[in-house]
Amino acid sequence: MQTFILRRLLSGFAILVVLSVAVFALLRIVPGDPAIRICQLNCRAEQLDAIHEQLGLNKPYFPISVDLKSPKFVTFNKDSQYGSYAKGVVTFDLGTSNVDHKPVFPTLRKRLPVTLELMILTLIFTIIVGIPFGVVSAIYRNSIPDYFVRITAIFGLAVPVFWVATLVLIIPNELWSYAPPLGRYVRLTDDPWLNFKQMAPPSAVLALGSAAGIMRLMRSSLLEVLRQDYMRTARAKGLRERSVIISHGLKNSLIPVITVLGLQIAGLLGGALIIEEIFTLPGLGDYTFKALANKDFDVVQSMTLYAGATVVVVNLIVDISYAWLDPRIRYS
Amino acid sequence: MSGEIAVGPPLIVGDDALSLQAPTMRQRLGKLGTLARQNPLGVLGLLIIILFTLAAIFAPWIAPFTPNHLSRETDASISSAHLFGTERVGRDIFSRVVYGSRISLSVALISVVGGASIGTLLGILSGYAGGAFDSLIQRAVDTAIAFPPLLLLLIITLALGPSFRTIVFALMLAVIPGVTRIVRGAVLSEKNNQYVEAARAGGAWMPRILLRHILPNVVALAIIVMTTLLGGIILAEAALSFLGLGIPNAASWGRDVSDARNNFPYHLESAIFPGAAITLTVLGFNLLGDSIRDIADPRLRGSR
Repeated sequence: MQTFILRRLLSGFAILVVLSVAVFALLRIVPGDPAIRICQLNCRAEQLDAIHEQLGLNKPYFPISVDLKSPKFVTFNKDSQYGSYAKGVVTFDLGTSNVDHKPVFPTLRKRLPVTLELMILTLIFTIIVGIPFGVVSAIYRNSIPDYFVRITAIFGLAVPVFWVATLVLIIPNELWSYAPPLGRYVRLTDDPWLNFKQMAPPSAVLALGSAAGIMRLMRSSLLEVLRQDYMRTARAKGLRERSVIISHGLKNSLIPVITVLGLQIAGLLGGALIIEEIFTLPGLGDYTFKALANKDFDVVQSMTLYAGATVVVVNLIVDISYAWLDPRIRYS
Repeated sequence: MSGEIAVGPPLIVGDDALSLQAPTMRQRLGKLGTLARQNPLGVLGLLIIILFTLAAIFAPWIAPFTPNHLSRETDASISSAHLFGTERVGRDIFSRVVYGSRISLSVALISVVGGASIGTLLGILSGYAGGAFDSLIQRAVDTAIAFPPLLLLLIITLALGPSFRTIVFALMLAVIPGVTRIVRGAVLSEKNNQYVEAARAGGAWMPRILLRHILPNVVALAIIVMTTLLGGIILAEAALSFLGLGIPNAASWGRDVSDARNNFPYHLESAIFPGAAITLTVLGFNLLGDSIRDIADPRLRGSR
């Protein structure tokens, strides 16, 4: 088990390195010089050079550069943009935003709780809606509740998140002139109830798609388990139907559900980008989106790394949880 | 259906399977009819897709106005002149919905077919070659999967500037990793079959083995994956347009929803109809995709 975790952590690290190099390179193709954005109009060449110098944009991109035209193909650069960036990441210095001129790491720490709360609430909604409805749908197969769940799930997977979010804002406003308390974000620790009123609608909207997916998967997974031989054995032992379903059926059918919950995290992080924009939540999604629009290199770089790291860690947790759910699974 | 185990009717009706002659046109149509009756939801999905495809092709004849025609009535409700009303600057919402299907369908179709073809090719090469090439491709796929797709789309469209070509390119990149992985899995189980070994023993050239023996067996799988991906890609394109990174100056559903959100006081019709069009199209592709998957792999039946 320990070797397994270690190996996964190593491969996760490799993935993050490749990811950061790819994003780093991609950002350098972006047309438009961030220096021009900083000193805006009437920018003289010397001023631009000074800003380049200050931001380190005059250094070579990578520690190793390949030039097919020069006699020695590969040159090693002691001081490169990627090198100093990587050095910074290790020491929690993620650079400085070109937009508000504040260091990235403190901003990230300040904004992380918002997105974290959004994610946790969304997962809670997904689980408390997806799993019970999926179970009911499987147990009472081809009944009216089953059809209801299936139709809801089909729609849940087809509606665009941004449309539902827009309607959630527009319809109450049109019909009852009600507007959710948005605009000024209230922290959970300051006023939990007001915070919940702010966070519940965006999380519920974001959870719509993932809950629909979980409902369908829970249903099919449980149906698959229900026809296994050990279910008949459990019933033959004289267990009550409820404990047959819960301890034999549910536990065994949860494995694919947890895998998919883990896979959904990546999608939810993307969805948070849109949802935070629409509901004006000052989280990391909003930060990322504004940084993208302003070609704020350091911020985009850090945010992609954060997103990638989240996905890698969640996948590891998912793999470890298999062993707990199904003792037959062993890692070596 | 009765009982716990879903036994679907056999796909090949007994007599046909035994007869040595190729099925006649009428028998084929009969089989299609049976399939259709067994999958009413798939038929519904197909009908929705046909409806929107027709709307896209014949947009100029169906829509009463051009998408950017300004009417004097602004924020109008549903009426006979404006079927879905008009939006803030007086453009006809029905016409915009009809024209919007062109962007949605063409972008999704081109990027999914292109991405799935590249993914299939990579998957076949990766699965068949194995070794260093395989690990290289698989690590690239790992990296691409460890990345929120929307973030990838946003970075690419921002880096290259929003245009039809960029968006199709970005969506293709989003399709490739998943298809590559699925096809590779299929190839791994396919390449140890005896007919492949026989071909290899017979000294067949590698491209010949890939094209004649492997490809036909994974193409069906690739097509199934493609249909299930189409809905998601339409949603992704709409989300990009919603965030202002769609194709510039094109009538697009995502952008119209975004306009409806940004124009205060709100106008219900402007928000509802373009979004409903997205939902309906995605619904159509999802229903069809599910049905095709169920037909092709009866073990998955009932997983809906």
